[in-house]
Amino acid sequence: MEFEDYYEVMGVKRDATQDEIKRAYRKLARKYHPDVSKEADAEEKFKRLGEAYEVLKDPEKRAAYDQLGQNWKAGQDFNPPPGWDAGFEFSGGGFTGAGGGDAQGYSDFFESLFGRRAGGFTGGAGRGDFHMRGQDHHAKVLIDLEDAYHGATRHITLQVPEVDPGGHVVTRKRTLKVRIPKGVKQGQQIRLAGQGAPGLGQGGSGDLYLEIEFKPHPFYRVEGRDVYLELPVAPWEAALGGKVKVPTPAGVLDLKIPPGSTSGKKLRLKGKGIPGKQPGDFYVQLKIVLPPSDSEKARAFYEKMKQELPFNPRAALGV
Amino acid sequence: MNDEILNGLLLDEECTLSLGEMSRACAVHAEWILELVEEGILEPSGEEMRHWRFTAPALLRARTVMHLQRDLGVNLSGAALVVDLLDEIQMLRQQLGRMGGG
Repeated sequence: MEFEDYYEVMGVKRDATQDEIKRAYRKLARKYHPDVSKEADAEEKFKRLGEAYEVLKDPEKRAAYDQLGQNWKAGQDFNPPPGWDAGFEFSGGGFTGAGGGDAQGYSDFFESLFGRRAGGFTGGAGRGDFHMRGQDHHAKVLIDLEDAYHGATRHITLQVPEVDPGGHVVTRKRTLKVRIPKGVKQGQQIRLAGQGAPGLGQGGSGDLYLEIEFKPHPFYRVEGRDVYLELPVAPWEAALGGKVKVPTPAGVLDLKIPPGSTSGKKLRLKGKGIPGKQPGDFYVQLKIVLPPSDSEKARAFYEKMKQELPFNPRAALGV
Repeated sequence: MNDEILNGLLLDEECTLSLGEMSRACAVHAEWILELVEEGILEPSGEEMRHWRFTAPALLRARTVMHLQRDLGVNLSGAALVVDLLDEIQMLRQQLGRMGGG
């Protein structure tokens, strides 16, 4: 287990006041909030921030953490010394970070110091006839654009807090195999009945909501059910027209380019977007690419064009 | 691991959620969803409350508001502004992509 430097995570000095810590948290929480931030690892950063704040905002926990000493560096191999928390009593306190109903645990480091958080479990279990429906859970699932065209089966691993026979809360990994139906769009949700948290007593299990997110594709761009592709063409293909091959998530198609096409021209392949009751379209935007002038032969050819084609690309600009 | 393949319900354009399903999916009381409707953050179809139907994107919106409230201490009208601005940013990003800038 590695030592976590909570002061470093929050970007404050070790002698920061509680007000300074609160301000630092608010500022960083806005920056890394997964719903707002576009930073790639926002969720991970937000989680670490929430954990750091959970300790530093609470004077008891902060004092105990400080007592561990300042000699630890982030990332160092760490085991809490025995009796390190003697004389401290942790009163729990609310959870501010990225956890809540989303079943996100704290780091092992945090848990070795302050114990596990009994997330999602409310009092009343085992006390006579108490029935409560389990909570609904939410997760994201990353798929490829091709999966939306053909449908797919995806493995999803969830972290589920559970109470073991000794009464401790442990996190168990649960893997589900889920069918991704053909025709899903970015941001759509799939509801899996009964796959959320187990209920108490005779209360049924909650549901699991999976939000679909497409992995960014190196050349396709998706908007709703429409798919866009920038297609490189040679100057003579654009000028003279002709048939070219176009990759689509459904396979390679032939596309007829009309003669006299210009760069940026958009061509539509109707119904070749993401399938559905109203299938999307596939749009091709032409991009004229020049052959490199890296050989004597090519340079001679460009020279010939210069001599023989009376062409001023800036005529419209009046120069 | 269970090898069974699970088939869920795709919440597509035609699929809507009741007030009960909304509050359960957000793990909140129905009163909280009601506040979101009063603030104009959610716009269910149906005249009477017991006939209200919410779209699937409305669920994501409600959950974003919930996270903003819980994690950042944003009040309801502030959260309403944030989700509107997030929608606008998303629209602008798409436009940017269309222009070849993204």
